[in-house]
Amino acid sequence: MNTTPKQDQQRFENHLKHLKKEKRHVWAWQFVIFVVFFAIWELSSQLQWIDPLLFSSPSSIADLLFQKATDGSIFLHLRVTLLETIAGFILGTFIGIFLAAILWWSPRFSKIIDPYLVILNAMPKVALGPIIIVALGPGYVSIIAMGAIISVIITTIVVYSAFQDVDENYLKVLNSFGATRYQCFKEAVLPASFSTIISTFKVNVGLSWVGVIVGEFLVSQKGLGYLIIYGFQVFDFTLVLSSLMLIALCAAIMYQAVDRLERKLIKNSK
Amino acid sequence: MGFLTLEHISHQYFTTSSYTKAIEDINLTIDEGEFVSFLGPSGCGKSTILSIVSGLITPTEGNVFVNGSPISKQSTSIGYMLQQDYLFPWKTIQQNVLLGPYIQRNVTQEIKEKAIHILEDMGLGNVVTAYPTQLSGGMRQRAALARTLITDPHIFLLDEPFSALDYQTKLKLENLVANTLKKYNKTSLLVTHDIGEAIAMSDRIYLLSANPGKIAATFQVPNHLKSLDPFDARQDADFNDLFQEIWKELNALEHNS
Repeated sequence: MNTTPKQDQQRFENHLKHLKKEKRHVWAWQFVIFVVFFAIWELSSQLQWIDPLLFSSPSSIADLLFQKATDGSIFLHLRVTLLETIAGFILGTFIGIFLAAILWWSPRFSKIIDPYLVILNAMPKVALGPIIIVALGPGYVSIIAMGAIISVIITTIVVYSAFQDVDENYLKVLNSFGATRYQCFKEAVLPASFSTIISTFKVNVGLSWVGVIVGEFLVSQKGLGYLIIYGFQVFDFTLVLSSLMLIALCAAIMYQAVDRLERKLIKNSK
Repeated sequence: MGFLTLEHISHQYFTTSSYTKAIEDINLTIDEGEFVSFLGPSGCGKSTILSIVSGLITPTEGNVFVNGSPISKQSTSIGYMLQQDYLFPWKTIQQNVLLGPYIQRNVTQEIKEKAIHILEDMGLGNVVTAYPTQLSGGMRQRAALARTLITDPHIFLLDEPFSALDYQTKLKLENLVANTLKKYNKTSLLVTHDIGEAIAMSDRIYLLSANPGKIAATFQVPNHLKSLDPFDARQDADFNDLFQEIWKELNALEHNS
């Protein structure tokens, strides 16, 4: 049976309409869950089903955030934590990639260092907190170091294994042109591992937040982690929860940014 | 004295538990501009011979001479074509073709024009700025051929370059490769397990036996077959005679081992 182009076009438009409808459904449900969650929270807090002192309520969190936004103090804390996290993320990721490159460069060094890497990776990095603070002083340097150290070893291991998985034949092609080891790295190994490197970015965004918040728990006078621990000490759980909300929001935005970056870079490299 | 000489070449592969002798006492001489093929069952060390000629691996015994001097002591440029094209997916076709000159820090306007010229010769003039994933298998392998040609290598090594292609594309590429290599007067070594391909493309065929790889027989391709295109050669009566002869020899080898 023959179909005219017009019918085909009609089917295509129906298909698009269907996709759009599906998307609207998903959004609607996401919105409903959001509203219902906060409504139940607010209601149960108002009606004393849960202890408002412990679990606060969306309205008091909003009040507090608004008040802190008008006097500007929240932005100071937000800025400190954000800068520390971004610095920790960048340092951790790039030092990790650099170490992976060194391991790839010298297979013998990589064999020698292997058991130490395993131990460093297995160790909970947060436990190094007190030592880092003693070594680097109780300031933002220590906190950035915490944000970095938590992701550096796992980045090294993951990226190094991606370097090793690069198809030998690409190197064979380059070697037949007389390429140096540096050229092999730059032209084949690094670009071929690009997608792995980007996916470690995503993991490291989350890890850096953990490192920085724990760092702020241990030592600091500013930052969202400090607000959480301070709110805990003075039993102000509205403060704790509002910091938590801000952290969740910022972490999600950073994750989305990395995700955008990934899609852009992957599109260019394929 | 030929252009390329292999003298008493043997090579062993080592693992932690044992060693295997891939090839043993290979002696052969190839003249400039000649096209030779290596045929044999899998595991006969065909690819090892190419890797040794390319200098990527050093044989445990023996020497390779090009123009009378050992291959390790000179910078003979070698062109290598592999089973797959191994075009770099993050580079455009033009960047891929210019990879050799780029690695050798030798990208001039002249070379760029040569690249365009070769690509046009291969019928790839309209995909210069495309990425490899946008091309068909045959086009990609042609681009790989262009990449190998641009550095003007003295010796061309072809390691089953058509095995991943469909039959029709394979026949077309055989013609293209054979004619191109003849035109540029390249010395070429082809590794294949396809008897027909070996007869259609080459001047001489070495039959290898397996475990360890040794030269079991040598076949000279009749002169009038050599002068034909691979596709036309496949239609010739002499083609079938030689095919049968090699077929019997190959079977005999299998029975003996």
